[in-house]
Amino acid sequence: MAQSATEKLDTFPKLLRRNAAVRGSNTAFRHKDLGIWQSWTWAEVYEIVRAYAVGMKALGLVRGDKVAIVGANRPKLYWSMMAAQVLGAVPVPVYSDAIADELAYVLDHAEVRFAAVQDQEQVDKLLSVSERVPRLKTMLYDWGRGLRDYDHTHLHPIEAVIAQGRARLSEGPDVGAALDAEIDGGTGDDLSIILYTSGTTGRSKGVMLTAGRSIAAATDTVAFDHLSDRDEVLAYLPLAWVGDHYLNFAQGLVAGFCTACPESADTAQADLKEIGPTFYFAPPRVFENLLTRVMIRMEDAGSLKRRMFHHYIAVAKQWGEKILNGQEVPLSARLSYGLGNLLVYAPLKNALGFSKVRTAYTAGEAIGPELFSFYRSLGMNLKQLYGQTEAFLYVTAQPDGQIRADTVGPATPNVEIRIEDGTGEVLYKSPGQFIGYFKDAEKTAETMTPDGFVRTGDAGFFEVGTGHLKIIDRAKDVSKLKSGDLFAPKYIENRLKFYPNIKEVVAFGQGEEFVTVFINIDLTAVGNWAERNNVVYGSYQELAGHPDVYSIITAHVDAVNAQLATEPAMAAAQIRRFLILHKELDADDGELTRTQKVRRGFVGERYAPLVKALYDGSSEADISTEVTFEDGRKGVISARVKVKDATLFPATSTTGKAA
Amino acid sequence: MLHVSPQSTSAAIAKGEVLLNVENVSLRFGGVKAISDVSFDIRKGEVRAIIGPNGAGKTSMLNCINGFYFPQEGHITYKGVRRQKVRPHEAASSGIARTFQNVALFKGMSTLDNIMTGRLLKMKRGFLWQCLHWGPAQAEEIAHRETVERVIDFLEIQAIRKTPVGRLPYGLQKRVELGRALAAEPELLLLDEPMAGMNLEEKEDMCRFILDVNQQFGTTIALIEHDMGVVMDLSDRVVVLEYGRKIADGTPDVVKADQKVIDAYLGVAH
Repeated sequence: MAQSATEKLDTFPKLLRRNAAVRGSNTAFRHKDLGIWQSWTWAEVYEIVRAYAVGMKALGLVRGDKVAIVGANRPKLYWSMMAAQVLGAVPVPVYSDAIADELAYVLDHAEVRFAAVQDQEQVDKLLSVSERVPRLKTMLYDWGRGLRDYDHTHLHPIEAVIAQGRARLSEGPDVGAALDAEIDGGTGDDLSIILYTSGTTGRSKGVMLTAGRSIAAATDTVAFDHLSDRDEVLAYLPLAWVGDHYLNFAQGLVAGFCTACPESADTAQADLKEIGPTFYFAPPRVFENLLTRVMIRMEDAGSLKRRMFHHYIAVAKQWGEKILNGQEVPLSARLSYGLGNLLVYAPLKNALGFSKVRTAYTAGEAIGPELFSFYRSLGMNLKQLYGQTEAFLYVTAQPDGQIRADTVGPATPNVEIRIEDGTGEVLYKSPGQFIGYFKDAEKTAETMTPDGFVRTGDAGFFEVGTGHLKIIDRAKDVSKLKSGDLFAPKYIENRLKFYPNIKEVVAFGQGEEFVTVFINIDLTAVGNWAERNNVVYGSYQELAGHPDVYSIITAHVDAVNAQLATEPAMAAAQIRRFLILHKELDADDGELTRTQKVRRGFVGERYAPLVKALYDGSSEADISTEVTFEDGRKGVISARVKVKDATLFPATSTTGKAA
Repeated sequence: MLHVSPQSTSAAIAKGEVLLNVENVSLRFGGVKAISDVSFDIRKGEVRAIIGPNGAGKTSMLNCINGFYFPQEGHITYKGVRRQKVRPHEAASSGIARTFQNVALFKGMSTLDNIMTGRLLKMKRGFLWQCLHWGPAQAEEIAHRETVERVIDFLEIQAIRKTPVGRLPYGLQKRVELGRALAAEPELLLLDEPMAGMNLEEKEDMCRFILDVNQQFGTTIALIEHDMGVVMDLSDRVVVLEYGRKIADGTPDVVKADQKVIDAYLGVAH
């Protein structure tokens, strides 16, 4: 089977062969099937992938062909990628929840000839767009339910393809030798995978990644986070997303750890608890939902448990992060924390499936500092990273011991970062970076600079003293105040939105003297406050205009200004004036997108009299706006909105340098 | 895929032949005639719909077939055995399973346990063995559990395996009930309004499951349903009842065009 372990490991099939030889009896994959966890060792996976590759070759798959992978995280779909790569074909994973139209575009653009899919749903979807994807000839499926009566001329169960390959392999040594030659023939410059970006801005682009670069990147981060073949992950992120392909597939093959596949998408949370992964990734939204669920369930617990929970969570809040970061902590605090761990933290982490987590990452959007420290204070090593598909994930990551909620960490090993003058755009050069967009030289040229750096489209700056990168906004949204100082609306908005009382914020300031904001209060949080403090209100509008609510929000705005003052790049962009809007921003009125993002320009025009009042110094303004009710009828809301001044702070630097 | 147990495949009835024949059945409750002189047949492997306005005797008909009611007149022939009276447990052990119009599950038990009850008739070990839960009894339970897990996999309800049924939304409860009927590996599956109270998406899912059961396992299905779109799409043949009498019988197209059916049930587009 394996020839030698000392050869150059520059493709994933070579790594698979190495893993089979070096740690053949270690578990490589798990999948819960019929309620029982099934497992496969590296040696077994290698044998299956070889047979699968022979079977695919018999069906006509050749080097350079594109193979679409559509479905959930199931071992057979991961093996489909591996088998395709053995033959030098290129897997193209596609979002399985994509609508048929999007799917047709990607499959046609990628020129796929083969597709490995999960089940009938995906087969139907592909068949429905078959005339738009003329090159797609052969489809393989994992789960046969409902497919028995389909025409099987070009449709094969993956199981049968593997069995056929196995039969061929047993015929004689020639077939196996030819396969070994295929694996040896692969080089680090070969295209390893094409990952299509989700396409929030226009059509999806196919990001081409080579084997050698992918492995180089994964090798760096495996060392960075000390991952080994004793680690285990739960693969629940979409196959087509760079996060899954990098964190699970690439790192799994490099480090030789075990990838567990959930029984179904709905059971992922329960499966997480059963597997107890040691490495975990989730976007901030997931952590937030988990915390909310914990808090709600604690409210239903008995009073003794509830008091114990709140007491020890307070202890954790005070000391947990310090202990995790290895700082000096008094002995009494250590004892108290230890007891809390016994009574609360460990059982809680067990219930969430985080007992064995050594390293956890979050990324994708800004995470609230409270939320971030909650998990860290429990003793979970949650960190942030910043990356993108084009980089093959990592650009920056926080090393152990240097964890902060408001930065994304310094550049990962072997990554070079440059901040472009003027725009503040972050550019990087990384070991895993892509070689170009598939069939889109124009977009590639836009994204890559002549000296080999890649544009992220995000604006950011390095924090003075620590060298941590802070991402502030999309580069195209960052602008300047009249004074020429940087104005990053999203950065300011996010800072304010971390307060539970504030639901939505719209910041203004482009070309103006100073920064102003519109604020939407959160009716649940502020309403709760009103109930506890006997504040009577009849409507959102009335509550929003209440003087006590204004003082609460003023305190939040002042606190944000104090934070901004400590950041040299941001100190000039403190909020001078603000108002609380009389109505909630709503997608039905066109003020938010359907994904709940503020349409800043539209809001500015719609509430022009209010924006004017923010800048002309008046203390209140009248506004009437047309609103659309849920049944489609229109009405008008009129209000007099108060404008308040916020406290400004002199700029100071965290490093203690005089400002 | 489900294993079809040997005793049900050994029946000498081939696809397309008559599996169950209802001959001149009448059912009275005191002076009320629920069913009068109804005859129709169900062929092996088909999806047979029974439709009609409220009170037409549809559920009573199903109750006669699975032995819950005893018709005063007429006979029911099932797999070549002609009898006037069938008892529910006889019907169940000879391969007839059903679901109910109002969900009839054990609310406090988990999905898994509810579906396990569908295997009850196939458990051979006695009460004492089951209490011991050791040796042969344990081996038997493991085998039954496997069948149940296949049903859970088939109906895609893995996520609610351990959830008490009472906590589930109605659409899922209906699916669990179908699961319990499927666990008995029936030859004839009686479904009493499987889509009632469901939203469009749940209905589409349920249709897919019913078709898959029919195609994949060759299970014969008799269903009562009010959603005409569903009936016309799913069924091979439809029998229409009104006031306990049969007024039409045939393929969906034939029935749809029948004037008597339009007058009694479908109504006309104005």
